[in-house]
Amino acid sequence: MTAASPLRIGVVIFPGVNTDGDTHHALETFPGVSAECLWHKDPDLKDVDGIVIPGGFSYGDYLRCGAIARFSPIMQPIIDFAAEGGLVMGICNGFQVLVEAGLLPGGLIRNVGLKFVCRYVNLRVETADTPFTSRCDEGDVLRIVIKHNEGNYTVAPETLARMRDNGQIVVRYVNAAGERAEGANPTGSLDDIAGVCNETHNVFGLMPHPENSVESGLAGGADGRVFFQSMIDTLRSAEVRA
Amino acid sequence: MNVRVFVTPKQGILDPQGAAVERSLPNLGFQGVSGVRIGKIIDLSIEGAGSAEAARAQVDEMCRKLLANPIIEDYTFEITEG
Repeated sequence: MTAASPLRIGVVIFPGVNTDGDTHHALETFPGVSAECLWHKDPDLKDVDGIVIPGGFSYGDYLRCGAIARFSPIMQPIIDFAAEGGLVMGICNGFQVLVEAGLLPGGLIRNVGLKFVCRYVNLRVETADTPFTSRCDEGDVLRIVIKHNEGNYTVAPETLARMRDNGQIVVRYVNAAGERAEGANPTGSLDDIAGVCNETHNVFGLMPHPENSVESGLAGGADGRVFFQSMIDTLRSAEVRA
Repeated sequence: MNVRVFVTPKQGILDPQGAAVERSLPNLGFQGVSGVRIGKIIDLSIEGAGSAEAARAQVDEMCRKLLANPIIEDYTFEITEG
């Protein structure tokens, strides 16, 4: 690939997903990035450089959120891509698909208030040492939206301890001052977790929707850009090395 | 063979639905209720599994792979001839 060719990032579409268009649009607000739609029945990843699994309600959230999508034909190539170090980001339902696929630790259960929660949250970046937060500083507070019913992250205590030691807790719910506090975590998720990565830091899932906060002129603000920008920068630097 | 699979929230993991029901029962006059857990039942039939042992192995694999998520759920099942 030459420096002039666009970076190609795949947006995976399962039946019932509804933020594929937003995600496609968000990616293409970055110069030199081309978003490629990947259909759930596709047998390969069309040689994309990175993957984003967008949010929605794949297969109607039947059985468990993400449980059916996880067995779509596109998933084995994604699992192989991740195993080779490829960058994969899952947003909301995409996060649920990644935990169901075993690409991320833990699980996502019903919000503690039993309600679909749709609101802005404050996220604190807990580590800048991932390909998805490299453009952040640890402690940065970002304001973006959540909109889900099953975002209550849970994981076995011994796994949580390992994740903390290994820098896998990427973003937490905090108050506007950037502090963990009562009322700041709208889902009841364990340890106020909003997003995690895998052991090798190349797979990242988060419940909030950065793709809805990419344009400063619009109501959503632009705080979500930093996750995509970090991913894009990481892919470009890998390209330079190659 | 008829199979009934019971899927429940894993022991030790909070069940927000069960907790809500547990809080509402005393309001109806039912005292002393604890440990409410809400799960689901999945009924299915299988043919050609061969022995009962083979059927159990097959259903167990179904549960582990799809019907339950062992990270957040426990499961049991019953198999009856039918």
